[in-house]
Amino acid sequence: MQIKHIDQNAILYLNGVSVSFDGFKALNSLSLFLEPGELRAIIGPNGAGKTTMMDVITGKTKPDQGDVIYNGTVDLTRFDEAAIANMGIGRKFQKPTVIESLTVFENLEMALAGGRGVFASLFHRLKADQRQRIEEILLLVDLQDRVGHLAGSLSHGQKQWLEIGMLLIQKPGVLLIDEPAAGMTDIETEKTAVLFKRLAKDHTLVVVEHDMDFIKALACKVTVLHEGSVLAEGSLEQVQNNEKVIEVYLGR
Amino acid sequence: MTLGPLTRTLLNDRGSQILMVSVLAMTVLIPLCNLAFPEGSALHVSTYMVTLLGKYLCYALLALAVDLIWGYCGILSLGHGAFFALGGYAMGMYLMRQIGDRGVYGDPVLPDFMVFLNWQELPWFWYGFDNFAFAALMIMLVPGVLAFLFGWLAFRSRVTGVYLSIITQALTYALLLAFFRNDMGFGGNNGLTDFKDILGFNIQADGTRAVLFVLSGVALMAGFLICKAIVQSKLGRVLIAVRDSESRTRFLGYRVEHFKLFVFVVSAVLAGIAGALYVPQVGIINPGEFSPVNSIEIIIWVAVGGRGTLYGAVVGALVVNFAKTYFTGAFPELWLFLLGGLFVISTLYLPKGLVGIIGQVRNRLAARSATAQTLKTSE
Ligand SMILES: Nc1ncnc2c1ncn2[C@@H]1O[C@H](COP(=O)(O)OP(=O)(O)OP(=O)(O)O)[C@@H](O)[C@H]1O
Ligand SMILES: [Mg+2]
Repeated sequence: MQIKHIDQNAILYLNGVSVSFDGFKALNSLSLFLEPGELRAIIGPNGAGKTTMMDVITGKTKPDQGDVIYNGTVDLTRFDEAAIANMGIGRKFQKPTVIESLTVFENLEMALAGGRGVFASLFHRLKADQRQRIEEILLLVDLQDRVGHLAGSLSHGQKQWLEIGMLLIQKPGVLLIDEPAAGMTDIETEKTAVLFKRLAKDHTLVVVEHDMDFIKALACKVTVLHEGSVLAEGSLEQVQNNEKVIEVYLGR
Repeated sequence: MTLGPLTRTLLNDRGSQILMVSVLAMTVLIPLCNLAFPEGSALHVSTYMVTLLGKYLCYALLALAVDLIWGYCGILSLGHGAFFALGGYAMGMYLMRQIGDRGVYGDPVLPDFMVFLNWQELPWFWYGFDNFAFAALMIMLVPGVLAFLFGWLAFRSRVTGVYLSIITQALTYALLLAFFRNDMGFGGNNGLTDFKDILGFNIQADGTRAVLFVLSGVALMAGFLICKAIVQSKLGRVLIAVRDSESRTRFLGYRVEHFKLFVFVVSAVLAGIAGALYVPQVGIINPGEFSPVNSIEIIIWVAVGGRGTLYGAVVGALVVNFAKTYFTGAFPELWLFLLGGLFVISTLYLPKGLVGIIGQVRNRLAARSATAQTLKTSE
């Protein structure tokens, strides 16, 4: 079939995905093709369907039509959130969500790969290499001097970083990140862009963002969503000069 | 000693240590003062008091069970009285069969109420209850299985928050109506009572009462350690994560419904054990125990004591029930208003309950001595 042919080197392939809420089409025959190790930015006006797209990939929302093929073979639309997360698709929400009444360390420990069952959790003992992995991530997201603090006490930007750390510690294949720069200071935003570029070597990253400076700093392929489907795709420069994009962003 | 690792891992906070020591002291001293000192001695504790306190210990275990699911996992069950009552009924059935032919009608097998209803033989679900081991198993199994089925349906369909609370109320109310019916075979309106003995010991005797009291204390301590072991493990942190942010936990790859189901069943079994220890001490179990108001009262105990600490639930159950005993005696018409007021005050002004106040005072004192210290050193 057609899918078999196309997906040879796609890590994630959305094929004609449609979602409607009470007749309103949030996604309208959306197709997207991601290569392994790719860093992709998704932009689009409010309500374009960016978050809904992530909901579909992560199993939160079931599409009315279309498939989401992971690693060339797995149809994600048939799995639930936990199963998809365990397949290696990590997600950062638009609003930072860390577990506020647990410490930074405990948040990372919870995210650590392995032992997701009830009894595995009951008898879980942290091993030395796992502790080391937590230390590594703490260093990476620059939270090493906050280990013992409650996540609820972190600044907004730090919460975003902790959440990214929680995704990274699971060694995900694909990372979906919704508006990471929201509420970050300029320095934090810069650091985040550097981090993402570094991560793109071992992970596939999909970043939704409104902040154009941030997108520019990522220097990657950009997809513009509008009314639930792809309006344009290419380098930031290309899409910025695209007539249709200019019309959507400025023409109203 | 085994106490070393125990205190290091399970009783690692002051509140838990104080609680365990107090319950242990109560468990030893109260029966001792009842049996060893004669009536009239200043140190004598009356059998009435032993029974009353024993009842409170059962309530405390029940409160603990509710705190495990509500305080840690955010499951507000307004039907936990049902599991308590089911454990109580299982014990009551054993005690009924122990009466044997000493009932009013003298039937060697059938309890009095069945003879009165002209029943010819024992219904199948009464089989085996003449055996204590079987009854003990049922005390845990019946609430556990009901909680499993109920939880499996509710959590799998992602019923949460107020909706879950409402269906737990409906559950206990449905059981209330069912147990009221004579043809259910549980004594209807009157319930099960007139117990004679337990494992061959006279249920009214001081010695038996003392033993039941000790068992209630031991069950409370064991229940506390079990709950503590759960909340201290990584599973406990997953429960907190579910309470704080259920969808985050799901996206981290945890099957939230399995975790909820696990604690819900553990909690129901603990509630069942509490009910089973309660019944021989109060001498009766009737459908009133399924009343929705009872379940709401448990929530008040936990809220007043302080939710999410375990020891707070125990403190709340003891304090509110002492108050209840006093006020229903002194000003019976005021009690319900007082209870309601207590709940409102604790939710509005004491989010961490009574044990939270102690923590606040201690922090303030610590802060004051710390500033005094820094002032001194900076001079
Ligand atoms: N659960 C839902 N029920 C009804 N409508 C929804 C639901 N989720 C999203 N929508 C609608 O679908 C459209 C797309 O929403 P979505 O959140 O995906 O947009 P977005 O591109 O992420 O926007 P933003 O930039 O504001 O985050 C919006 O019009 C939104 O109102
Ligand atoms: Mg969005």
